[in-house]
Amino acid sequence: MRVIVRTILATICLTLMCGLSAATAQTAEPATITAADLAAMLKKPASERPLVIQVGFKVMFDQAHIPGSEYIGPGSDANGIAELQKRVGPLKRDAVIVLYCGCCPWERCPNVRPAAALLTSMGFTHMKVLHIANNFGADWVSKGYPTQKGQ
Amino acid sequence: MRGLASIVVATALTLAAGAPPKVGDPAPAFSLRDLSGQTLDLASYRGKVVLIDFWATWCVPCREEIPHFVALQDKYRARGLVVIGISMDDTEPPVRAFYQKYGMNYPVAMGDAKLADRFGGILGLPVAFLVDRGGRIARRHDGQTAAAVFEKEIVALLGK
Repeated sequence: MRVIVRTILATICLTLMCGLSAATAQTAEPATITAADLAAMLKKPASERPLVIQVGFKVMFDQAHIPGSEYIGPGSDANGIAELQKRVGPLKRDAVIVLYCGCCPWERCPNVRPAAALLTSMGFTHMKVLHIANNFGADWVSKGYPTQKGQ
Repeated sequence: MRGLASIVVATALTLAAGAPPKVGDPAPAFSLRDLSGQTLDLASYRGKVVLIDFWATWCVPCREEIPHFVALQDKYRARGLVVIGISMDDTEPPVRAFYQKYGMNYPVAMGDAKLADRFGGILGLPVAFLVDRGGRIARRHDGQTAAAVFEKEIVALLGK
């Protein structure tokens, strides 16, 4: 009887710990990179540059995006998350990846956190999110960082 | 004389390059198909005060502004206010669902990069323009703006 009770208690504790750990992974702020640091990384030889992924909206990407970056889709959208998973799935888990959006002020961006949480849950160890305080126009384009137009 | 010619050439080149419209400039013309299939032609609203809102369904600040736009449209329709929504969503279905859910009472059309460029770039959301009765840009608001600010500006424009 005592063994059964212990087993049940242990199972409950384990479940609670797993739940707490998953919740922490979802809510923890992702590691960030500044615009200046990313711009410096983009000047390196191609083999040393990160994979840069835009998880915002297509109309913004078509107007202006970080050179070499790829458009995936909004991280707040199930399709966007599925596309991101498909894109990074085959990559080594130590691949250097930078996610960015810039749709809205940093605290209110609905796209970067779900995208970052996905990559964290997939085991990516060198993933960062570009910190954009206000929006992509004000904090990247207007500051003169390299920008590319088109699809 | 040569100086004047240089200014004219420079101005022409700037316009050709698509200089972003400033306050006081004519609002860029557009004709789009709205969600109900009707033509949404900005020129047809000359004589009205027009609020053009660039937004997206997943954009939290945009979602918070929309009930205020619905209320403003109701309150000032008779005096000549027209609200137009330009969605920056990638696809139309979520916009249609949102339109119903939020009881939007003004036309909404899907935007694209060309239209956004003509308005000086929409590189963050929401962005709203107020256009006066003469079709000129009266204000541009980047980011979430208080309903009271919009109302004050709309009332001023309607009064002109």
